Amino acid sequence: MAKTDTKTASLDRHGLSDDQLREILRNMLLQRQLDNRGFQLNRQGKVPFALGSEGHEALQAGAAMAFHRGRDVLAPYYRDLGLAVGIGLSPYEIMLSIFARAEDHNGGRQFPNHYSSKRAGLMSFSSILAAHIPHAVGAAYALKYRGESDRAVLCTCGDGTTSEGEWHESMNFAAIHKLPFVMLVENNQWAISTPLSKQMAQPEIWKRAAGYGMPGRRFNGFDPLETYDAVNEAMDRARSGGGPSLIEGTCYRYLAHSTDDNDMTYRTREEVREERKNDPVPRFEAILIEHGVMSAQDVEAMRKDVLRETNEATDAAEAMPYPQAADLYTHVYEGAWQPWQ
Amino acid sequence: MAVSSTSAASTLMNNVEAVRATLYEAMKNDDRTVILGEDVGARGNVFLITKDFIGEFGERRVIDTPIAEASIVGIAVGMAMEGLRPIAEIQFADFIYPAFNQIVGEAAKIRYRSNGEYTCPLVIRTPYGGGVRGALSHSVCVEALFYHVPGLKIVAPSFPADVKGLLNAAIDDPDPVLFLEHKKTYRLIKGEVPDGHYTIPLGKANVLKQGTQLSVVSYGLYVHWALEAAQNLEAEGLSVEVIDLRSIRPMDKSAILQSVEKTRKLLIVHEDNKFGGIGAEISAMVAEEALFHLDAPIRRLCAPDVPAMGYALPLEEEYMSSPAEMAQAMRDMVRF
Amino acid sequence: MATQSKTPLKKDEPSFERHGLTDERLVAMWRIMVTHRTLESRGFALNRQGKIPFASAGEGHEAVQAGAAMAFERGKDVLVPYYRDVGLALGAGLTPYEVLLSLFGRAEDHSGGRQFPHHYASRRLGIQTISSVIAAQLPHAVGTAYAMRYRGERERAVLTTFGDGCTSEGEWHESLNFAAVHRLPVVFLCENNEWAISTPLTRQMAQPDVYIRAAGYGIDGAAVDGMDPIACYAAVKRGLERARSGEGPALVEAKCYRFLSHTTDDDDRTYRSREEVEARRKDDPVPGFERTLIANGVISAEAAEALKRSVLEEINAATDRAESMPYPLPQDLFDRVYADGWQPWRS
Repeated sequence: MAKTDTKTASLDRHGLSDDQLREILRNMLLQRQLDNRGFQLNRQGKVPFALGSEGHEALQAGAAMAFHRGRDVLAPYYRDLGLAVGIGLSPYEIMLSIFARAEDHNGGRQFPNHYSSKRAGLMSFSSILAAHIPHAVGAAYALKYRGESDRAVLCTCGDGTTSEGEWHESMNFAAIHKLPFVMLVENNQWAISTPLSKQMAQPEIWKRAAGYGMPGRRFNGFDPLETYDAVNEAMDRARSGGGPSLIEGTCYRYLAHSTDDNDMTYRTREEVREERKNDPVPRFEAILIEHGVMSAQDVEAMRKDVLRETNEATDAAEAMPYPQAADLYTHVYEGAWQPWQ
Repeated sequence: MAVSSTSAASTLMNNVEAVRATLYEAMKNDDRTVILGEDVGARGNVFLITKDFIGEFGERRVIDTPIAEASIVGIAVGMAMEGLRPIAEIQFADFIYPAFNQIVGEAAKIRYRSNGEYTCPLVIRTPYGGGVRGALSHSVCVEALFYHVPGLKIVAPSFPADVKGLLNAAIDDPDPVLFLEHKKTYRLIKGEVPDGHYTIPLGKANVLKQGTQLSVVSYGLYVHWALEAAQNLEAEGLSVEVIDLRSIRPMDKSAILQSVEKTRKLLIVHEDNKFGGIGAEISAMVAEEALFHLDAPIRRLCAPDVPAMGYALPLEEEYMSSPAEMAQAMRDMVRF
Repeated sequence: MATQSKTPLKKDEPSFERHGLTDERLVAMWRIMVTHRTLESRGFALNRQGKIPFASAGEGHEAVQAGAAMAFERGKDVLVPYYRDVGLALGAGLTPYEVLLSLFGRAEDHSGGRQFPHHYASRRLGIQTISSVIAAQLPHAVGTAYAMRYRGERERAVLTTFGDGCTSEGEWHESLNFAAVHRLPVVFLCENNEWAISTPLTRQMAQPDVYIRAAGYGIDGAAVDGMDPIACYAAVKRGLERARSGEGPALVEAKCYRFLSHTTDDDDRTYRSREEVEARRKDDPVPGFERTLIANGVISAEAAEALKRSVLEEINAATDRAESMPYPLPQDLFDRVYADGWQPWRS
């Protein structure tokens, strides 16, 4: 029937193929599943801590689709589970980090979700908000310095981080030197218990771009395709020597900050329920079904497969050994000097 | 760069010239080397250390940064993680505090937290110390704030030949090194510097003067005054050994212990405040490992624990220790 | 010899906008500018004579500082300046003698000779103590404004100043953001003189207008001709009045120029051309305002000369007096570390 054709034609897929659209959904489902698994394991007493990224799935999957694997560099923050998976980290690597096993990239040293992967181009970072942003700018400087065209650094942070002095200093430097750097702000309205209204007086972060002398754009972070378009545009600009951009995706943090936080102490259930109406995961499922990219059964099968993959990764990671006591003493410096001797 | 030469194998120069010459060679020999900091480009650094570098190496490699210390170090960390070999400058050590997290919380821990996958080969250079009427914001010593931190290395040479050798070693070091340059010694101290490339390993002190009755350990500007005091005491028949630490972390424990075992007395002289300064760690170490070699309590001659040396000369002089005060401390200890 | 008509323009002719300033206040403003200029030159001269180790240079800033000072309410507002604000301090009530005491590092100086020159502090005048560390004073200014608001002090505001270079610091950003969120009574005045020691504006920021960043923070922002003291007065006055009445902070950017090197320890010939500096001299606000005042009948040429002579005499007397004062004593190093008298060097 012509009806299906018109509906498919009215979806702006920004040049993405059906396969890519399905890949985006799978990433979103995987992020949610892995994220939830962390919380479950914490409730079961199996891991001491987990962070929640529910609400960020569209933003991260859309952004990941615009990332050029093997070329671009990612400088994320600790809520970017979906982005990490989206650029090539496996669920097994995610679970190793949650379980703090020796096999983890960081040898179990770092908090969960603090990935690092040279292979995937994911820079090591700490829990200190904004500390990674000058690093990202420095890395972008190195790319430009070596004349490596067609490579850029995608750096992410939350709304709260934009208040940090280092955020400001980094944006300024990137602008002066027209670096291949994209600052993607994942504005989920909350910084632990601090709402946007206490974080800044003017709620549209992208508007600060003009002050730095760089382009800025705001987009709907619940829409993975609009996200893809915004990130792709900014990354393309960066890769082709057009300099840095500030882009802001608005979304919402559905869960508490982490398993150590109780968000009912600072916001209402009504607010969260109201925002759930925008939940990007069911929303994108419905869109793909409506536009004939997937059937309802396809979606169901994909969910099951994602669950299977998560279960396998969980079991495999859980079975791995912890680091040993002797592992405390490696990688302090290169070379033989051991300061504790 | 005009410097006079007294022999074919070495050149006479002062400390600022030694820094400059070393940085110049590093920039020439390794394309990955970049220098960043305030006023390092067009101005050539406020002590003229990088004068004309921007003309020769270009503004891509000699970066005049905005006024933003946290990101001067942070951006350098990112460059290092991505394969460059940055040398970041903090214009005066007194301005280093906004960058404290990037040095202590980030640079020092990058290798460790990523299990060796990411590394941070970074040099942070900064002029420190007083005696130049620098008052509260151009005189401080900061080594005690940083030497505590595993993952960092800290160097404080006093002579031009050591400046070159240690700076080369710092630049080659795959881990972050804080390179401290005492600003009063920049033009004051001259010495022969061997030509050609060489390094001095970090963690090796230098016994400047042999002696039998007292070991004096120092670093920075005070090494020169302590040496002067010890040399003058020869005329009084006193035999004082003077050790220049050169490297604060790693610190040459065995050189200190060896000396103390010989002289049986230890005087530590440093410009920084006494409580929790470098002398505190040396004292604890010697007490732990050489107690029965000591014939006198360990003594530390340091700045009083007041917040700063003042701008007015009497305040600066009261804060700092003079060669005469050092000589008296040495006499007292020898005669103990 | 002035080429203007001998008959001055009538005061009610709209020849120049005086923003409500009387002749007396206009002349007082110019006097601050002349005193500022003469004091700075005196500092340089003393340094060249080997009498003092150091002096900083604010030539080019006289208009913005005198104008801002006129808007500052003595006894009510608080000033959190930076190290180039000699004129502002004078305008807030500091005397040339006190400035010279700081240049000479005498015991009688407000900081007891502890601080670098131009780091004044006077509780009585409402001038806060500062360091040389750029931007460190801004969170202090914001905290002070918070205290005022907290205590419901509706007639008071904070005026804080800084250069173009300072706006790159993280603490600048953090301070503006906090002041904006809490709608604090603080005016952020940028004295944009286009140079941060040797760093030109183009290396400091990618777009040259500091004031347009105000919109990003959600506060009022405006640019003003920093060589026009009346315009600066008006802009700062507007900001302070709005701040006092609870309408929140403002960012005012005064575009001026730094004619000399950063300080006596700097040599600007190493990083900028004489042509550039000479070209900007035509905007020199001190002779410029003198011409404006004479042309508009606010002061006669003779009275202007007399004023300049009087300033010079005042500064000469202040120099001699300050120079004759004693240095602090060595034991003064040990005072006022802690309030309770604890002396940590004795433990």
